Amino acid sequence: MKPVSVTGAYQTAFGTFADKGIRGLTVEAIHGALADAKVEPGEVEAFYLGNFAGPSFVGQNHLAPYIAAAAGFAGIPATRFEAACASSGSAFFHAVQAVAAGVYQTVVVAGVEVMTTQTTPVVAEILAAAGDAQTEGAAGVTFPAVFAMIARRHMHQFGTTREQMAAVAVKNHANGTKNPKAHMKKAITIEQALAGKPVADPLTVYDCSLVSDGAAAVVITSNPGAVRVRGIAQASDHVALQDKADITTFRANRLAAAKAYSMAGVSARDILIAELHDCFTIAEIVAMEDLGFCERGQGGPYAISGATCANGERPVNLSGGLKSKGHPVGATGVAQIVALKHFLESRNAPLGLAQNLGGSGATSVVTILERVH
Amino acid sequence: MTGVVYTSTVVAAAEPYQVAIVDLDNGGRATVRLEGPLARIGQRVEFIEERNGVPYYRFA
Repeated sequence: MKPVSVTGAYQTAFGTFADKGIRGLTVEAIHGALADAKVEPGEVEAFYLGNFAGPSFVGQNHLAPYIAAAAGFAGIPATRFEAACASSGSAFFHAVQAVAAGVYQTVVVAGVEVMTTQTTPVVAEILAAAGDAQTEGAAGVTFPAVFAMIARRHMHQFGTTREQMAAVAVKNHANGTKNPKAHMKKAITIEQALAGKPVADPLTVYDCSLVSDGAAAVVITSNPGAVRVRGIAQASDHVALQDKADITTFRANRLAAAKAYSMAGVSARDILIAELHDCFTIAEIVAMEDLGFCERGQGGPYAISGATCANGERPVNLSGGLKSKGHPVGATGVAQIVALKHFLESRNAPLGLAQNLGGSGATSVVTILERVH
Repeated sequence: MTGVVYTSTVVAAAEPYQVAIVDLDNGGRATVRLEGPLARIGQRVEFIEERNGVPYYRFA
């Protein structure tokens, strides 16, 4: 297997940008990443796109060639990957495999979602289709309801509190104020988070990530680069919550993390920066346990301890996370890679981890990036 | 059919409703609509009827 480097990275601003179009946003991200890598469109050998629900949100299918042609590389293989909120994490995973295997030297991976074209109830319905339509969708189990049920069970088993969940939101909002590309650059207090409008008991609006438009892209290559993929793995699990033995942990997270750590030859102790999938505050707490950042059941106390703040021992979601940076579903996995590369370089950190979760944990992609001297 | 609430939530909507995952006494789990206020975890519930393919439960 050849070493794979991330040599170019770009994220569009996240927010309300439906007027730019799904193609326009993605091409902006691709051209940004190509310029960053100093690669011409003609040098790109394959295009991997992560997108969750373009057909439902904007009525456009066959998205990968649609975007590839506009980006200036019609002719090459162009394929869309769908894995709910882990769509572009999955695209990235598969692209890395192909480059590592020597199939291609240089490829582009992008992720995009345009969501604000639809009203909130329609967005909720489209997102709910990432769950089990027959059991969960029919009963009215929205995604906030899924994570509310996970939160209640976590609170019941481990004594996790609403204040501990609110601490995740406060931290990620604080980080988002420093990210010019973030959707919501607004600091909040614990009191505000706790008094937020109820969404699904015990979650308030401040426990939920944002409905955003946006795109992100990276250039990966087997040529040497300053940021290398040291470990990467994707894993899967049951889609329906009722089919998982224990909903206070995501088995796919644990499987992907174990493989990624093993491939990288490192452990959780070595990870000092992470971009985690905080689609809901409880998801960041569970992810920290699944990844071994803290003991099982201790994600709440760890979150409120300050350890994961920007000046803590292990900053989590310096970008603002999905909570504040925004969560254009299909763009999130690649946007995490863009952010992680940026913070490895700007903070002079040796190793960082990104974790991208699909739905209620039926897909997880864990990536460990290394800054090479 | 009877069981205990494994977890549940009340969804804030124009007409709020409760969804729950129930550990069934005869084995397995079901995703259901649960009538009444927010349930305690471990609370006993019983099947009422199926409406449009969705099982409805109430406190036992």
